[in-house]
Amino acid sequence: MAKAGKPEKMIINGKRLDGRELEEFRPISIEVGILKRAGGSAVFRFGDTYALSAVYGPRPMHPKHLQNPQKTVLRCRYSMAPFSTQERVRPGVNRRSVEISKVLNEALSNVLFFEDYPKTGIDVFVEILQAEASTRCAGLNAASLALAEAGIPMRDFISSCSVGKVDGKIVLDVGGLEDQYGEVDMAVATIGNEDKIVLLQLDGIVTKEEFLKMLELAKKGCAQIYEKQKEVLKEKYKTGELDVESQ
Amino acid sequence: MLKASENYVRKLVEENMRIDARKFDEFRPISIETDIIKTAEGSARVIIGNSHVLVGIKMSVGEPYPDAPDEGVLIVNAELVPVASPTFEPGPPDENAIEIARVIDRGIRESQCIDLEKLCIEAGKEVWMVNVDVHVLDYDGNLIDAGALGAIAALLKTKIPKYENKKVIYGEYKGELPLRDIPIAITIAKISNKLLIDSNLEEDNALDARITISTNKKGEICAVQKGGKGCFTSSEIEDALDLSMKKGKDLRKLIEV
Amino acid sequence: MDKSELLVKERQLVIPGETLARGLDFLPSSGCYRVDNEIKAKLMGLVKLKDRFIGIVPLAGVYIPKPGDGVIGLVEDMQTTIWVLDINSPYDAILPLGEAVGEYVDLSKTDISVYYDIGDLIYAKVLNVSKSKQVQLTMNDYRARKLIGGRVLTITPSKVPRLIGKEGSMIELIKDKSKCQIIVGQNGVVWLKGEREGLAAKAILTIERESHIVGLTDRISELLNKGE
Repeated sequence: MAKAGKPEKMIINGKRLDGRELEEFRPISIEVGILKRAGGSAVFRFGDTYALSAVYGPRPMHPKHLQNPQKTVLRCRYSMAPFSTQERVRPGVNRRSVEISKVLNEALSNVLFFEDYPKTGIDVFVEILQAEASTRCAGLNAASLALAEAGIPMRDFISSCSVGKVDGKIVLDVGGLEDQYGEVDMAVATIGNEDKIVLLQLDGIVTKEEFLKMLELAKKGCAQIYEKQKEVLKEKYKTGELDVESQ
Repeated sequence: MLKASENYVRKLVEENMRIDARKFDEFRPISIETDIIKTAEGSARVIIGNSHVLVGIKMSVGEPYPDAPDEGVLIVNAELVPVASPTFEPGPPDENAIEIARVIDRGIRESQCIDLEKLCIEAGKEVWMVNVDVHVLDYDGNLIDAGALGAIAALLKTKIPKYENKKVIYGEYKGELPLRDIPIAITIAKISNKLLIDSNLEEDNALDARITISTNKKGEICAVQKGGKGCFTSSEIEDALDLSMKKGKDLRKLIEV
Repeated sequence: MDKSELLVKERQLVIPGETLARGLDFLPSSGCYRVDNEIKAKLMGLVKLKDRFIGIVPLAGVYIPKPGDGVIGLVEDMQTTIWVLDINSPYDAILPLGEAVGEYVDLSKTDISVYYDIGDLIYAKVLNVSKSKQVQLTMNDYRARKLIGGRVLTITPSKVPRLIGKEGSMIELIKDKSKCQIIVGQNGVVWLKGEREGLAAKAILTIERESHIVGLTDRISELLNKGE
């Protein structure tokens, strides 16, 4: 049952429709600190997928009855701009954005020190400005950087990427067409380069063996993202002294 | 008071025990009844331990999605009604209800268990809409598994109403919903670094993380969702996969009966 | 027995998750945490070493009030016997009547707004911070007073020591060259009033932006000498 508009072949001579190798990321670009009002902000791009994240806080938590007397409360909001997709998206929340906000919150909760600022709230906003698949991954990567930039204590970064199955082959960083017409799509996030998976969502049919291969590839991808996140932050705030390699 | 319970649950698990003395891979007693609601085209009541879920299937005729003009439409919704728990507030579905609905939806949708093409009346214009409504009546943990089980049990008994002169004639039927698989969702909870099946309310509140894996008749994975504010290692995920396949088979037998 | 190893230098830039030391000889101070055998950073900032303690001076972050801090706050609300102030922190501060006014006040005849009103800027001292983060201020300090006129800037609280400089050298330099009174609150709020407020503001904002880059003192001197 072929979907209308599906290209006959998604992988030709070992290359994907956009010319990538099976285990190659789209061009990644990262910027930190582009917004002035937010405590911290960052942009993360996987090719044409463009996510912006801003962090406010710790700040007084309103409404007061949602305050936690011993901890900070983390709120995440994922939202897609109306012009981010081919067909205009109605602005505001929808069921998908509510679910994604929840899983992003659960991912980030693994690295925050909640007892450091009791009674306060930390707000993480993710705005998808252009969507070509893997938006929640891009958003999570941006949110991690924004939190660090805002001076919010964290154990480590959260690094995220997607993997998929296209024409029976396992690929890294699912692109727009692959998301639409591929067989399987999986989003994964880890704590830095550790074997600690904080986000995992899969749609599509896979055998156990395929799944485990996809998971390994995703972990490798997340580790690469982690290096890039660290690099960008260090570069932006370098002190001008000769740095000694500490890791 | 709740806090003491969470720590107690964790301590018990560390000593390889559960509050209700079950084994880590043991389900509570499950009861499944179908054809409960006369006004629905399909229905099921699932009780797992003290969790009680009612699923109703309503069929209606509507427009197909533009990118699938010859396919019926599946819509899954979940309501955590206030009767089920002091923690459920009245109002539109919150993030928990939305997540439950979407996870159940993906298990059904990705397994392609409903032959949606057979639900086409006139391509591009009219198709059957299958509304799966999961109504949680009593909350004692593991709502995803209960809801998913209820959904597939109800779907298996769903009849398609007559459609004449552009009107649906409820109460008169013409055939059954065309199903070709039986997806089963199994949620594994991680508490004190151990994996448990079928968490009850206290275990739901004490868990670090959970992972729901939906499998089909062939034992293939059709959907996975990690939830909760903790994390899993790869080997824990692999163990969870094995558990879900094993228990999925068991639960499927209950339905096929 | 693992040998202890320090992996970073003083004033080195580190980011969250970075390992700063191994072994049990070192202790985590503010901005750091221990996991098993390692001490890691929880913030982005510059390493600060003192004896066995490793701490981080953050490059960003909010102000958390500490007893003894001098802060500049804005009166945002009043009740019968207290003022509520915004002190540029996630936590509001209160100034009780008894800590602000020495004389007896007849509340049936006086509204406390005659002393400080909503919108007033005040320099006060943090008297006490309770476990539940209730912050109490006092005017019982020789520097405490209402600040009238002038202008206010906010900088990252962790950069205040850099703005003040060793034994006040940096702030005195700015005061001198700009001919301004300048009061720096530990909460990152800076009040200035005088002849060349613009020049002082420029210097202060440069420190805010470049505090982590070497050679700051020279750059600031140059900026001040060049004039507005």
